[in-house]
Amino acid sequence: MQTTSKHFRAQAREALANETLQASLEGVRRVMPEIRAAAADRCDDFAALCTQAKDVRQHSIDHLDQLLATFEQQVVAAGGQVHWARTGEEATQIIADLCASVDCRSIIKSKSMVSEEIELNSALESAGYEVTETDLGEYIIQLRGEKPSHILAPSLHVSLAEVGEAFNAKHGIERDAPPTDAGEMLLEARAVLREKFLSADVGITGANFLVAETGGVVVVTNEGNADLSMSLPDTHIVVTGIEKVVRSLVDTGVLLRVLARSAIGERLSNYTTFVHGPRQEGEISGPRGFHVVLVDNGRSQLLGTGFRDMLRCIRCSACLNHCPVYTAVGGHAYGSVYSGPMGAILTPAFAGLPGTVHLPGASTLCGRCESICPVGIPLVKLLRRWREASHAQSLPTAGERFGLACWRLVNRWPLVYRLVTKFGVILVRSLSVPGTGQQRWLKRLPSFTALWTQHRDIPAPAGNSFQAQWRRHRAGRKS
Amino acid sequence: MFLARIELLPANESAKTVALFATCLVDLFQPEVGFAAVRLLEAAGFDVRVPDQGCCGQPNFNGGDQDGARQIAAGLIRQFAGYDYVVAPSGSCAAMVRCHYPVLFADDQELERSAVELAQKTWELTSFLVDVAGYDIGSAALDASVTYHDSCSGLRELGIREQPRQLLSSVAGIELREMEQPDACCGFGGLFCVKYPDVADRIGSVKTDSICAVGADYVAAGDVGCLMQIEGKLHRLGEKKIKVVHVAEILAKALLNVSRKDSPGSVDADD
Repeated sequence: MQTTSKHFRAQAREALANETLQASLEGVRRVMPEIRAAAADRCDDFAALCTQAKDVRQHSIDHLDQLLATFEQQVVAAGGQVHWARTGEEATQIIADLCASVDCRSIIKSKSMVSEEIELNSALESAGYEVTETDLGEYIIQLRGEKPSHILAPSLHVSLAEVGEAFNAKHGIERDAPPTDAGEMLLEARAVLREKFLSADVGITGANFLVAETGGVVVVTNEGNADLSMSLPDTHIVVTGIEKVVRSLVDTGVLLRVLARSAIGERLSNYTTFVHGPRQEGEISGPRGFHVVLVDNGRSQLLGTGFRDMLRCIRCSACLNHCPVYTAVGGHAYGSVYSGPMGAILTPAFAGLPGTVHLPGASTLCGRCESICPVGIPLVKLLRRWREASHAQSLPTAGERFGLACWRLVNRWPLVYRLVTKFGVILVRSLSVPGTGQQRWLKRLPSFTALWTQHRDIPAPAGNSFQAQWRRHRAGRKS
Repeated sequence: MFLARIELLPANESAKTVALFATCLVDLFQPEVGFAAVRLLEAAGFDVRVPDQGCCGQPNFNGGDQDGARQIAAGLIRQFAGYDYVVAPSGSCAAMVRCHYPVLFADDQELERSAVELAQKTWELTSFLVDVAGYDIGSAALDASVTYHDSCSGLRELGIREQPRQLLSSVAGIELREMEQPDACCGFGGLFCVKYPDVADRIGSVKTDSICAVGADYVAAGDVGCLMQIEGKLHRLGEKKIKVVHVAEILAKALLNVSRKDSPGSVDADD
């Protein structure tokens, strides 16, 4: 997986200066936690439901091999085919070959984060196919040549005016000015996409869940575009991660009940579709070819590690919406298609730690994500675990490692702490300026520390430490 | 500020001992919070001791330096052995000892046992006062409006939400006003605000915006890290009306109003 995560700092700065993005993020910050909490409150014992959901997902991870084998048998029995891809490249190759085998020219796609992860569109386009995203948000970023900035709302960072400009540039409609009315744009996109739906040879969708006992593929959308993508073309290709498999329909029901509540504060999404294989004897519609491409791409390697719990993730995006860092900088700053807390754990796993070390680093470890994760992923522990790995590989800057080494030495013995901090405080206070009362402030720090006081003042340490004052006070009390 | 010069109560030698784990931020940046905590603990009837101490090791633990965290923790476990309770005016430092020390020493049974023992008797100040001591702040009084920011570790690792609010609202004259999303992080995050100051600042601005919107006299929190982040941003903004205080300071200040009535001249407050 390609990332630009090593440029997190610069990307974050750019995001902080982007007013359109900031306005959208403010909406996420203010609205999403509230509607999730309201949906949880309306549900009978949401916490218990989440525990059930966690158990369902844990069962999947603990029995992945058996469940996947059962799933494959059921798909084959229904007349479909299952393809196994170890890597993203293998997956894109399999899909390109499938397209070639049916003489495909044009492809329609519904939203799939796995397809973003394996960069499916660019692979198919270089193989000569026309690929059209049909989720409105994905369609917008496809027109703009961008990656998603949110796993559920991929075009979160785009303003309405920018959508109008993209439509004006790409739709070839003669007019004086780009459209500005949302309803008008929606109809325009619908008209353009309707043609694509009707003429496509292959429809590609993702999957929210795979049901082992029935060989079913569950796809959840708000726009119904996945239903058209999977039912109109003659071939339906599902591309998804191996961890999405679930034991039974009953278990899937549990996950569906937590998914929409966590994601958008609703009981269910607009469309929840269970699809089982290709068109059957006597049926008059549906695809003749049905293929499920199961992508590993690093997932099975997580099984034997301390990151195993991350495979429970159902991509609801609640952790993004509740994250102070995500809601400050948005998804593009992470430089990975997976952003927020889940992205900060998955991206190093898929793309390697050296280039992604900022992601687990750029977290306050506030734990709000963990407190609302519907499948109980210990996100803070996993973020910290990446930090341990990065410390062990000496990936943090020399300055950070030196600082921690010093802090460790200073704090092993109280006497050393007392002496070192005494001189440290004198040094720091020499850089401070007086404020009201006895409080002194650091307002402009020198050199590489200047950034710390760029936007805020830092209260200077006190002249005498609490312990020093206490010792004096104790001596006074005894005499 | 107003507490450093308070005459503390005479030591109560027969009472149960509380070792105050002041935490390094209180020790170095806000000594008055340490004195406020002592004042409250003594008012609740405990014999407060302050063993020689440093940091709990959180920077190393969260920075991925487990060995460093273990070394620091081993020292702290020694320094705080032998008291009935250990109390910290900080949710995150108390959580470090309570939640994380026990899992640091999987390879060393003896230290693990001591870590668990220490964890079981370590409390964050407000939860200790309410949940352990059943402390009633009595006739303490303060005419002020207060908005309380939930510090993340205290809230989510130790479940501290009601305790500080209960203490504050039992003070006569205090009006508690909730800010929007009091449980949203302030952006301090320890090393985070050092490594990513731009992002930390934006998160801090969201917090100070919701604080300013409430328009209370005080913003209180249970962790000096959060207070420094919030106070630093408000100070840069030139916002002088809202006083940023540790919850212990405001409670101790309210106590002071009582003792002032009881024995005039025994205190020397300067606010």
